[in-house]
Amino acid sequence: MATWLGWQVESNWTDPFLFAVYVIIKPLATAAILVVMYSIITGGDYESPLFPYIYLGNAFYIYVGAVMTGVSWAVIDDREHYKTLKYMYIAPISIPFYWLGRGVSRFLIGTVAVFVTITAGALFLNLPLNLAEVNWGLFIVSLLIGVTMLAMMGLILASITLMMAQHNFFVGEAVAGALYLFSGAIFPLEVLPAWLRPVGFAMPIAYWLELMRRSLIGEVAQAFPTLARFSNLDLLGILIGLTVVFGIISVLIFRWCDYIARERGMIDRTTNY
Amino acid sequence: MKADESLVYSTTEKVSGWRLFIKTILARSYPRIIGQQREKSWIFFEIFMPMLAVSAYVFVYRAIGAPEEYVGFVVVGGAMTAFWMNVLWSMSSQLYWEKEQGNLALYIMSPNSMMAVLLGMALGGMVATALRAVAIIVLGTILFNVQFTVTSFSQLFAVFLLAMTALYGMGMMTASLFLLLSREAWHISNLAQEPIYLVSGFYFPIKSFNFWVAAAASFIPLTLGLDAMRQLIFPSGAALGFLNVTVEITVLVVLCIVFLTGAKFLLDYMERLAIREGRITESRR
Repeated sequence: MATWLGWQVESNWTDPFLFAVYVIIKPLATAAILVVMYSIITGGDYESPLFPYIYLGNAFYIYVGAVMTGVSWAVIDDREHYKTLKYMYIAPISIPFYWLGRGVSRFLIGTVAVFVTITAGALFLNLPLNLAEVNWGLFIVSLLIGVTMLAMMGLILASITLMMAQHNFFVGEAVAGALYLFSGAIFPLEVLPAWLRPVGFAMPIAYWLELMRRSLIGEVAQAFPTLARFSNLDLLGILIGLTVVFGIISVLIFRWCDYIARERGMIDRTTNY
Repeated sequence: MKADESLVYSTTEKVSGWRLFIKTILARSYPRIIGQQREKSWIFFEIFMPMLAVSAYVFVYRAIGAPEEYVGFVVVGGAMTAFWMNVLWSMSSQLYWEKEQGNLALYIMSPNSMMAVLLGMALGGMVATALRAVAIIVLGTILFNVQFTVTSFSQLFAVFLLAMTALYGMGMMTASLFLLLSREAWHISNLAQEPIYLVSGFYFPIKSFNFWVAAAASFIPLTLGLDAMRQLIFPSGAALGFLNVTVEITVLVVLCIVFLTGAKFLLDYMERLAIREGRITESRR
């Protein structure tokens, strides 16, 4: 039901055609910025392994904005905009599951954007994607674990958002922006200053993106030195471990934030910001 | 007992005409200039978030071995995103927010000009955002060691001023269109971020596009403003510029006139239309 509600909130402000355009234009524009930057400097050398690294990293990063920020955005939407969060709280539902359900609708919308972005890359930019060579098992497993990990991170953000007033609009975007920089989504982590690299290696998103790249373009992705010393199984193990850690942290943080928010009367607080 | 004189409504203080117009501009710009500085977390986030995007694009350029001047292009482009965001969220969609909060009807009922209200928002937004843009440029310059070589301060000042006037004029014009919108206002503003960063060349020279694509993108004042500024502050800027700076200044002057005049006419029309269709107090969440 939460997914259905989320889908309605996201999509029923306009007709289906305009909504479809809305869903694909933004990610395509973001990808196009990178493609133009890349082609200006390299003279359109799309054969270089750096290109699929950047392109696929950026494409799958759409899920970070969609799922992680989507879960936390449900708090802002319900509390500040629709003023329905208190009704959700008094309904016989589990609030974390409700938020995760809202995230699922964003995941579905994000999937369309990811699919269109990758398809555009394969059709027009020589992205070396051969469907017969794709490691589908690794792809599906990595995607499922990754989305679960993003949902757990989203739950942490949603819990923190619950306790915030006028800055809550920025939190999701700031975290997504920081992860875009530190997770090696659009450039190898070696490019970061040495003292910043450990931040990237501590982020599960870096391992997840590497797995997604490897599952789709195999050897091309493994050519990069960043995580070359890890096998696919190593990466999966790290990703699962970090997902479990984030899952435990998200439950603990939710319980604490939920308690504080109830105690301080923040569940139905609107700020008009 | 004598009443406190400061609490007595005085009819002698009534102002009208240009005085009211100027007072309205100043009154509406006050919360933008003063109020926005009071919320310290906003200042932090409004500088921090563009810096994240700037840093990411700088590292992309470094990963693909771009000349260092491109790093400067990104820093300047990143600073200008602050103005675009301000125009989108605090100018264009402002009347939608005011409608949602019930203030729009009060604006229209009050005996002042809506044009003055929008000019006040523009003036205040421009000043407040300029502080953030300067902070982004300073931070970017320090972090990424950007070198500037200004060839003409007077032209640079003129370009900036004209680009801002045209940009905020455009914001005033679109604000009147947003008067008719409800929930879709948020989505339209959201949609007008990355595509505009792309077509206006926020992170690369607009010359990279086909001439006609760049010419069409020049309808957005920041396109030519950014291109001219880059030509004036980077040694290789002129070689990567789309048009001659003088031509770009002339086009910006035309855009200023078009957008400010358009804003006046469109605002009058949309206000009448919104009142007639009963959309001033409408709140379709």
